[in-house]
Amino acid sequence: MKKLINAPETAVDEELAGMVAAHGDLIRVIEPNVVVRVDAPRQGKVGVISGGGSGHEPMHGGYVGMGMLDAACPGAVFTSPVPDQMLAATAAVNGGAGVLHIIKNYTGDIMNFELAAEMARAEGIEVSSVVIADDVAVKDSLYTAGRRGVGGTVLAEKIVGAAAEAGADLATVTALCQKVQDNVRSMGMALTSCTVPAAGKPTFELGEDEMEIGIGIHGEPGRTRMKLATADEITEMLALPILDDLPFKRGDSVLAFVNGMGGTPLMELYIVFNKLAQILKGRSVTIGRSFVGNWITSLEMAGCSITLLRLDDELTRLWDAPVKTPALRWGI
Amino acid sequence: MSGATSISYDDVVAWINAFAASVRAQKDYLTALDSAIGDADHGINMDRGMQAVIARLPGLPARDIGAAFKSVGMTLVSTVGGASGPLYGTFFLQFGMATVGRDSIGIDDVTEALDAAVAGIQRLGKAAAGDKTMLDALLPARDALHAAAQSGVPLEEAFARTVEAAEQGMVATTPLVARKGRASYLGERSAGHQDPGATSSYLLLKAAADTWFGPVGGGEPAG
Repeated sequence: MKKLINAPETAVDEELAGMVAAHGDLIRVIEPNVVVRVDAPRQGKVGVISGGGSGHEPMHGGYVGMGMLDAACPGAVFTSPVPDQMLAATAAVNGGAGVLHIIKNYTGDIMNFELAAEMARAEGIEVSSVVIADDVAVKDSLYTAGRRGVGGTVLAEKIVGAAAEAGADLATVTALCQKVQDNVRSMGMALTSCTVPAAGKPTFELGEDEMEIGIGIHGEPGRTRMKLATADEITEMLALPILDDLPFKRGDSVLAFVNGMGGTPLMELYIVFNKLAQILKGRSVTIGRSFVGNWITSLEMAGCSITLLRLDDELTRLWDAPVKTPALRWGI
Repeated sequence: MSGATSISYDDVVAWINAFAASVRAQKDYLTALDSAIGDADHGINMDRGMQAVIARLPGLPARDIGAAFKSVGMTLVSTVGGASGPLYGTFFLQFGMATVGRDSIGIDDVTEALDAAVAGIQRLGKAAAGDKTMLDALLPARDALHAAAQSGVPLEEAFARTVEAAEQGMVATTPLVARKGRASYLGERSAGHQDPGATSSYLLLKAAADTWFGPVGGGEPAG
């Protein structure tokens, strides 16, 4: 293992200390490991929190700040945070208007957030939650864990955060988050595995001429292993299942999001975006907004994911609204 | 304690310590199982939780078996994360609620407590037999303990049968296609790998039998 760390056991704590050192004007960290917006709680504003394993940076801690999240709960690498963290986050951001939990659909995340929500309600805080489950690589079924929450989560956090910043109430903010979930679909692929610091070796081995299609964001293997293809072919393998799933129709306007998994240069992400734009044009789907970069990652994994969100005027306006966080800032 | 008919507070503490030692010894193995079909953290997370558990055990105020189990459960919920934290946390919380205020427990108490613990996991995880989860070790173990208790065999024999059933259940997860947890995302590719949660559940029960009666069964978790 070759990593820029001091020790696996201290990696997350030192990362958080570094974030505060760099962005102390926007965030602070409270016990037990919760990233909180520096001016929280804001009276009368709905609090919006999220959380998940570490290793997906800048998600979620990098999205804490004006116009996005009020707090984020980072767990150990690829491990959902514990209820104590979400309870502390909920209490820290509660300005009397209630708190929304944005949860990615993983068994552990759901259980830990549910436990925290019950404890917060017992303390008299109104809590609602929305589960993001946008990965079309996973078949949805009553009998399985369902689809994973991936790239759509970042878009939900931005859009919902903007509405909460503008003063929307908890019911409105919750319904909006569900609306994002209902209109967003994603799929990802990997060129390499990644190494969880405490595990010390790559989660899986992938040959020089192989790739994994249908991965999530935890270094886990995907749905299928295939011979390496060209960027154009890979883009089609990801984009077509997404388009057919919702389905996205002629005349739709979308936010097109090409995301790097952490180890892929922006150059390659734009090559993917180029092909994606051609595919969308061929289907008469308009790119209303674009988003390209490493925004929800899987440590140093090479690969990408594509996320499409069907836009309307409300979602577009909220996407464009001002945001000031360690990772995202515009309109200010 | 061969021939014993009851389990004392000290036996319970010894079980918890033995499970912590077993998780530490099998940490890399559990993580390797999880690398194949999950996200490569099961051994790491369980070890972090059990180390926190044994650090708190000596500080417990009274020799109350139920309180000890509840402390284990709360600590795991607060330190493990993932699905394992709430699931193992629930196991011990339920086990503790069934044994609260007791300084020794017999086979009927253990049977009842294991029933409650397994039922708690079923409620929280919403998994069924054959979904390739920890329940595939725990459900047959629970049933074996019931059968043994009803047939009136000694405690030692009852536990030997329980651990054997857990081991068979664990080994039988290998060909299954996962329907719950992160392994389910792999679909058919999850077949051919032993479930890490079923493996740690087997280790938990084996730790009890080994501590109380000396090593039983096939031994190695690989089965």
